[in-house]
Amino acid sequence: MATEVLMPALSPTMTEGKIARWLKSEGESVRAGDVLAEIETDKATMEVEAIDEGVLAKIVIPEGTEHVAVNTPIAVIAENGEEAGAAENIAPASRAPQETPVKAPRPSPPPATSTITQRAVPPETEYTGKTRTMTVREALRDAMVEEMRRDDTVFLIGEEVAEYQGAYKISQGLLEEFGARRVIDTPITEQGFTGLGVGAGFAGLRPIVEFMTFNFAMQAIDQIINSAGKTRYMSGGQMSCPIVFRGPNGIAARVAAQHSQCYASWYAHCPGLKVVAPYTGADHKGLLKSAIRDPNPVVFLEHELVYGESFAVPDDPEFIVPIGRARIARPGEHVTITAFSRMVKLAMQAAEELQKAGISAEIIDLRTLRPFDVETVVASVKKTNRIVAVEEGWPFAGIGSELAAIMMEECFDWLDAPVKRVAGKDVPLPYAANLERLAVPQVEDIVAAAREVAYR
Amino acid sequence: MAVKRKSDSVKFADLGVSQQELLRYYGDMLLIRRFEERAGQMYGMGLIGGFCHLYIGQEAVVVGMQAALKEGDTIVTSYRDHGHMLAAGMDPKGVMAELTGRRSGYSHGKGGSMHMFSREKNFFGGHGIVGAQVPIGTGLAFAHHYRGNGLICVTYLGDGAINQGQVYESFNMAALWKLPVVYAIENNRYGMGTSIDRASARTDLFHRGMAYGIPGEQVDGMNVLAIYEAGLAAAEHARSGQGPIILEMMTYRYRGHSMSDPAKYRTRDEVNRMRTEHDPIEQVRHRLLEDGANEAQLKQIEGEVRDRVAEAAQFAQDSPEPDPAELWTDVLAEA
Repeated sequence: MATEVLMPALSPTMTEGKIARWLKSEGESVRAGDVLAEIETDKATMEVEAIDEGVLAKIVIPEGTEHVAVNTPIAVIAENGEEAGAAENIAPASRAPQETPVKAPRPSPPPATSTITQRAVPPETEYTGKTRTMTVREALRDAMVEEMRRDDTVFLIGEEVAEYQGAYKISQGLLEEFGARRVIDTPITEQGFTGLGVGAGFAGLRPIVEFMTFNFAMQAIDQIINSAGKTRYMSGGQMSCPIVFRGPNGIAARVAAQHSQCYASWYAHCPGLKVVAPYTGADHKGLLKSAIRDPNPVVFLEHELVYGESFAVPDDPEFIVPIGRARIARPGEHVTITAFSRMVKLAMQAAEELQKAGISAEIIDLRTLRPFDVETVVASVKKTNRIVAVEEGWPFAGIGSELAAIMMEECFDWLDAPVKRVAGKDVPLPYAANLERLAVPQVEDIVAAAREVAYR
Repeated sequence: MAVKRKSDSVKFADLGVSQQELLRYYGDMLLIRRFEERAGQMYGMGLIGGFCHLYIGQEAVVVGMQAALKEGDTIVTSYRDHGHMLAAGMDPKGVMAELTGRRSGYSHGKGGSMHMFSREKNFFGGHGIVGAQVPIGTGLAFAHHYRGNGLICVTYLGDGAINQGQVYESFNMAALWKLPVVYAIENNRYGMGTSIDRASARTDLFHRGMAYGIPGEQVDGMNVLAIYEAGLAAAEHARSGQGPIILEMMTYRYRGHSMSDPAKYRTRDEVNRMRTEHDPIEQVRHRLLEDGANEAQLKQIEGEVRDRVAEAAQFAQDSPEPDPAELWTDVLAEA
């Protein structure tokens, strides 16, 4: 049976080309891999190879012809021993269908009220049990200890996490209790140990990857986003990567630009990740436990200046906080102030100041940045009609920018003032004490912003 | 430290590989060859889009290595991955349907040529970022080590990936912690259009683990039995707790880097010489006939392969596109 040779598409964008030259003539026998012709595309000259052996029975498109559309028959190959005249009764080559063979009806995608995806989040039950006063540092350690006792597949890996007990002393006592198999000091090799963690996650373990700071995770961001974040989707749901990337994020104290940056909006941008940035001790503990149990990659952003703060923290090893819910840290009526991580503390202090001026601020601790709790923020703004979005990071394309967009989409008609952002200044963080203070949001900045939107 | 170099090709008869097994290798390599030829053809017809990196010429590497592995051993590679998937026993229909972007593909049409996976066959991808699969494979080996399950991971990488920093970060950790991993470097001499001598200060890649005390061996990557023999020894090394080992497979791809590569950086003569003098499939065919296999046996295998590929191609065209609702699924696992 003779078969047609079709004008091939030789690049993702090629629609037509020129037959520059035939290298075989009619009647010549060809073997698989022999070059039949040269084709000029808009980008390059490419060779067309024979797929099967046979005889070049007929050249349909002569050389020199331009604008030959992809899939046009250009030659006929007859099987060996077949008459060259077989070209006359050829079987049409299976040609690319003009339309996809099965046109599935196109139901509209799930209705999205917002441009961002929202998902069902488990309810949060109010904890009424015993608490203990402890630092955030201890709450994080307890979360890891409890989860490591509960599940042998959980392990901690990172720089100085074992023998040194953690660069910020988060992993105190872990090596002693769990041994070197599960508390693993790495070389200084972020991309390597992050990718190793991702591979272990694919294999069904539950790694906690500690970054000494999230600044160093920039070395590993390809593994976090491309490997951990996208593989579930790219595998059609076959693969999972249950992994936690945690460590201090944002500023510290006088460590300058390369060690002081907030990555919240970087990671919150990416589907396939969950992103958490808590403030209180209970939230650090409950959310880290949720993150460790979560079947997805979770970026867990801590803050060096919060590690030493003390809170009442639930004592129950089954206490968890669901990822995806914001918390009303202080109810109020006149203005909504959103914040996360250390900025919650400043927002609470600002609320005290505002109260003295007769302005009642509702403080929302966002806690989770992806999936974002649109509902809680929108409900608050529909009550207060004003919003100030506070973050430590840079303003451009930040979490505050996203909140401004959400407000436009979700409560345009409820706003009595433009959305106001309070963010870090748009400069690399300076070292000098006075400049550093100027670069980072202060309580007075939040107070001023709230008064501005309240027109008081 | 045992860094050795193998120059002689393996004596077929000395290996204890039965004719039956050799026939199987022949069929497995031929399946990859014919599958890839068909994929190239279907790309030309516009049925496959995007990037499509064919494995033609390198078939012996994955077939020889796979024969050296045990049930449960894990595999990970880069984006030139069709051969690895077929060698691991994944269904050609599902692979081809992924290439055409249809719902019956391994990734339901969401991954394409470079991103396919099979938990069932312990194939962990199919990764699109050059070198990123190396720490991931090291992590798969870490998981074997953590569980103490006696299994190993084969991490494939190319001569292009070998210069990525994360490869050496992985080598260091694998050697430090004695992880059960075989790094199989497929040296096909070109990282896209850049020949190895224009990219690498030293081109003997099996030495690249020397700084970490990782033994390495160079293998004739066009000879399936040489690969099988080296693979068995390397797997045993990794499995026995001695840590990682490197195999440098000297191989060659006949086609361009991807479908849209005119391959002007090498001569037609060079390609033809490899095809006529070193073709991995022809070598085995020749050996089988010398060993007394008959043409009819080979014809039968060839016929079976042709049918499987035709069936896969048809399946891949008949399978519907993903349902539009699939756009929103599989982003996150339900917590």
